[in-house]
Amino acid sequence: MVPPVARRHRARPVRWLGEHAVLLYAVLAFGYLFVPIGYTVAFSFNDAGKSNLVWRGFTLDNWRNPCGAPEVCTALRTSLEVGLLATVAATALGTMVAFALARHRFRGRTVTNLLIFLPMATPEVVLGASLLTMFLNVRVNPGFWTIVLAHVMFCISFVVVTVKARIASLDPTLEQAAMDLYADEWQTFRRVTLPLVAPGILAAALLAFALSFDDFIITNFNSGNVTTFPKFVYVSATRGIPPQANVVGTAMFLVALTVVLLGQLASARRRR
Amino acid sequence: MSSLTSVAAGTRAAGPPEGPPVEPVRRGRRGTPYLLLLPGMLWLTLFFAVPIVALASQSLQTRVPGAEIGVYTQTFRWANYPDALREYLRWFGRSFFYAGLATVLALLIGYPLAYAIALKSGRWKNLLLVLVIAPFFTSFILRTVAWKQVLADEGPVVRVLKAVHLLGRTDSLTATSIAVVAGITYNFLPFMTLPLYASLERLDPRLVEAAGDLYANGFTAFRRVTLPLSMPGVVAGTLLTFIPAAGDYVNAALLGTPGTAMVGNVIDSRFFRVVDYPTAAALSFMLMATILVLVIVYIRRAGTEELV
Amino acid sequence: MGRRDLRLEGVTKAFGSFVAVDDVTLTVPSGSFFALLGPSGCGKTTTLRMVAGLERPTRGRIRLGDDDVTDAKPHQRPVNTVFQNYALFPHLDVFENVAFGLRRRGEREVRRQVAEALDLVELGHLARRKPAQLSGGQQQRVALARAVVNRPDVLLLDEPLGALDLRLRRQMQIELKRIQTEVGLTFVHVTHDQEEAMTMADTIGVMNAGRIEQLGAPVELYESPLSAYVANFLGQSNLLRGTVTDRTGDEVGFEVAGRRLTMTAARCRSQSRQLLAGVRPEKIHIAPAGGSRGAEPPAGGAGPNGLPGGRNVLPVGMVTDASFTGVSTQYLVRLPWGQELMVFAQNLGVGDVIPVGAQVTLSWEPAHTFGLDGSQDATAGVEAVDELPALRTAPTMSTPAPGAGAVGG
Repeated sequence: MVPPVARRHRARPVRWLGEHAVLLYAVLAFGYLFVPIGYTVAFSFNDAGKSNLVWRGFTLDNWRNPCGAPEVCTALRTSLEVGLLATVAATALGTMVAFALARHRFRGRTVTNLLIFLPMATPEVVLGASLLTMFLNVRVNPGFWTIVLAHVMFCISFVVVTVKARIASLDPTLEQAAMDLYADEWQTFRRVTLPLVAPGILAAALLAFALSFDDFIITNFNSGNVTTFPKFVYVSATRGIPPQANVVGTAMFLVALTVVLLGQLASARRRR
Repeated sequence: MSSLTSVAAGTRAAGPPEGPPVEPVRRGRRGTPYLLLLPGMLWLTLFFAVPIVALASQSLQTRVPGAEIGVYTQTFRWANYPDALREYLRWFGRSFFYAGLATVLALLIGYPLAYAIALKSGRWKNLLLVLVIAPFFTSFILRTVAWKQVLADEGPVVRVLKAVHLLGRTDSLTATSIAVVAGITYNFLPFMTLPLYASLERLDPRLVEAAGDLYANGFTAFRRVTLPLSMPGVVAGTLLTFIPAAGDYVNAALLGTPGTAMVGNVIDSRFFRVVDYPTAAALSFMLMATILVLVIVYIRRAGTEELV
Repeated sequence: MGRRDLRLEGVTKAFGSFVAVDDVTLTVPSGSFFALLGPSGCGKTTTLRMVAGLERPTRGRIRLGDDDVTDAKPHQRPVNTVFQNYALFPHLDVFENVAFGLRRRGEREVRRQVAEALDLVELGHLARRKPAQLSGGQQQRVALARAVVNRPDVLLLDEPLGALDLRLRRQMQIELKRIQTEVGLTFVHVTHDQEEAMTMADTIGVMNAGRIEQLGAPVELYESPLSAYVANFLGQSNLLRGTVTDRTGDEVGFEVAGRRLTMTAARCRSQSRQLLAGVRPEKIHIAPAGGSRGAEPPAGGAGPNGLPGGRNVLPVGMVTDASFTGVSTQYLVRLPWGQELMVFAQNLGVGDVIPVGAQVTLSWEPAHTFGLDGSQDATAGVEAVDELPALRTAPTMSTPAPGAGAVGG
C-alpha cells in the first residue's frame, strides 16, 4: 500500500535544525578535536619559565628562543635523527617487500603476509617489552641504536601496506604498453612503474616518519638513557612541561599541516 | 545484505572479457623476489619474531633465588600464567572495559563526523579530512598532557560543570577513570574516523536516492541502506581502535591514578620499577591472546571478508 | 623496418584445460587491413596478444616474413599495439608518449617524427598536454600516433573504438582506414562489431570459440557464408530448413514446408539432402497478400524454373512487427510453420508501412539464396539476447557480495 504523503508543519527553525543536524554536530566535533591543540598553541606563548601549568602572561620569548630549555632541543634532535634514519631504512626495505609481494610469484607468501601483518596487530606494550627482553638477553644496552632498530621494525609493515596498495592500483596495461614500445624490463620499471608508484612511496615515507616521531611506548622500553621528544614530554609531565615544548608541538603541527595541504593542492592541480 | 547491495556490488567487471584475466605478474628472473624480500623479512624476523619468542621464553622463567635482581633461569614454569592472571585479573577487566567504552564512544562521535565529511561537505571534503587528522600531528603525549591541564580543577571545563551542578564542589576530573576513558577516546578517534570515512565515501549516493524513491524516509534509508553498507568501515574502525587502546597505558598514567591502572601500566612497572620480567612477559602474552580471541569472535560475528 | 607478411601457423593457446585459441593459421599480406571479428571470449584478443608478444603460444609459430618471432619478447618485435584502454602513460605528456618507442630504440630526429605522427592524427596542437586533459577520442588518436610513429611491420588494434560514442566511432573508422592507406602499414584490427569490420577491412577473419570459421573479403563473407555462424554473425540472415529435391547443372531445387524453391548450384554448400537455405532480409520483397502495392513482382505465369514469376515465393505470412527506422522498415513476418523471418523494406517513399497483423506474401530472386549444410545449428552466431549489457556504473562497494555476479539472476 502506498503510504500517504506526510504533511507535517514544522516550525522553520526546527526544520532547519533537523536538516543541518549533522553539520552542526560536525562543527562541535571539530571544536572538540582542536581543544588540546588550542591549549598547546596558547600555552606556547605563556611567560612561564619551567613549569607551564598556570597562565602568567603573553610572551614571544619562547618562540624567539626555542632552545631556551636545552633538554627540549636535545630531545627534539634525537627524535629527528631517529625519525630520519628509521624512515629511510623502513621505506627502502618496505618498498622492496611490496614489489616482491605485488609483482612476483614465490613460495612462502602466507608466512610473509603474516609476518607483515602481526606487528600491526600486536599491542605496542608487547612489541616494546619483547624487544627489550631480547636486547637484555643478548646483553645489548638500550640506547640510540636500539630505538632506531625498533622504529624500523614497526614501520616496515605500514610501508609495505601503503606501497603495495599503490602498486596494485597501477594499470597493468601501462607496463605492457611500455614493453610493446621497445622498453625492456629494467627500462619499463625505471620509466613507467617507478614514476607512477613514487607518490605511494612518498606517502609511505611520510607515514613512517610520523609514526616514528610520535612513538612513545616502544621507545620508552628500548631507549635506556636516551630521550626522544615524546619521552621527554612524558617524563616532565608531572613537574611541568617547559613552554618550549609547546613551541615544538605547535611548530610540528603547522609544518605537518602545511605539507598535507600542499600535497592536496598539488594533486588537485594535477587532476585539473 | 539486501538484494539492493548485491545488485550494485555484482556489476560485470570491465576490461578484457576473454578467458582468464590478464595478470600483471611479471615473469622475472627466478631469484628476484627472494632478493627483494630478504632484507625486510630478515629485519622483521630479527626484531619482531625473535623478540616475541624471547618474551615467550622469558614468561616461563623464574627468579634464581639469592641472585641479584634481574637474573632468571629457564624453568618452563607454566604456572606463571595463571599466577599472573589471578593477581591481575582486575587490571585486565579494567583495561578491556576502558578500551571497550572508549571504542563505543569513539564510534558514537566518529560516525556522524565521518558521515558529515563523506556525504555532506561537498567541495570542502578534502580540507575537512585534513582537519580531522591535523590535531594528531602534534605529539600524542603533548595532546594528553594538554587534556590533563584542560580538565584540571582550575580549568574552564571543571568550572563550567560545577556551575551547572554536574559536578559537586569537591569533585575533580583529573585522576579519574572518566578522564582516562576520555583521553583514550580522544587519542584513538582518528583510527575510528578514517576507516568509517573510507567506507562511507565509497557509498553510491544513488542507493540512498533509490531508497527514498521506494518510500523510505531519511532515518529508514540510513538504517537500512547506509548503515549496513558502511559496516566494513565500522568493523575496521572498531578493531583499529580497540586493539591499541587495550594495550595503552599512557592515558592511564597521565590522566589517572594507580587506581585506574591498565594492564599496560602493570607491564611497564614490572619491567622498570619492580623488576619481575616473567610476570611482565606472561601478562604481555595474555594481553595479546585475549585481544586475538576477542578480535576473532568479533570478526566471526560481524562477518566481513575484508578489513583493510 | 621492412614490409613483411604476418603469418600464423597452427597457433594454439591453452590456459590449463581452457583452449582460448585453437590451431589458427592465417596470412596477413603486408600493407593490408585485416580484421579479426568475433564475439567476446572467442579468442581474438588472445591471438592479438600473442602476435604482440604479451602471451606465448602453447603451440604453433608466428612469423614476420622469414623471421620466426614466436619466442621474441614484446620489446624485441617490430610490432606495436593500440590498447583497448589506450594505456597512455599518465605521467608523460602527449609528445613524450608518442616519442616513447622512438627513444627506447635510440632513434634520431625524434622531434620531427613525433610532429609528423601528431599531424597525421591532427593533434599537433596538443603536444604538451597530459593524457588526463584529453577527451576519449583525442586519447585514442594519441595512442594511434604512438604506435604508428614506430612504423612497425604490423600494427595491432585491440577494439580501439569500443569506448567511443556512435558518431565518433564512425568518424574514427574512416580516419583509421585513411591513415592505414596513407602510411601503408599492415593493420590487424580486433573487434566484435561486424559493421566496423566490414567497413574497414580488406580481409576479415571470423572467429568462433578459438577457431577461424571463415577468412575472406567482406563481400565474400557476407554473400557467401560457409556456415550458419558466419551467416548469422555478419548482418542478419533468415535460415530455412529444407530438403534438396533435385540438382541440375546450374540449379538446386529444394522444398521448404511443402513449397518448392530454388537456388543457384554455385552457392549451395550442402552436399547432402539436408539444407539450410539462407536469404538476407534486404533481398526479400514484401507485399500485402492479394492486394497491389508499389513495385510488384512481375505478374504472369510460371517462369522457366517453374516458380511464379521466376521467383521464390512464400505466401501466407503474417506481420508480427513493423519498425520504421527512417532508412527502411524492418518487418518480422510469421510463417505458417511458426518461423519468423526478417524483411528490410527500403524506404522508397512508395506506399505505407504494412500494419501488424496483415497477411503478406514474401518473394525473392533464387540467385540471392545461399545454401548451408543442414546439420548445423541454425541459431549459431546469433547474439545471445539474455546477456544484459554491463552496468556502466563504477564499482561502489568495497566487498562484492559473494555469488552476486549475475545481474537479474
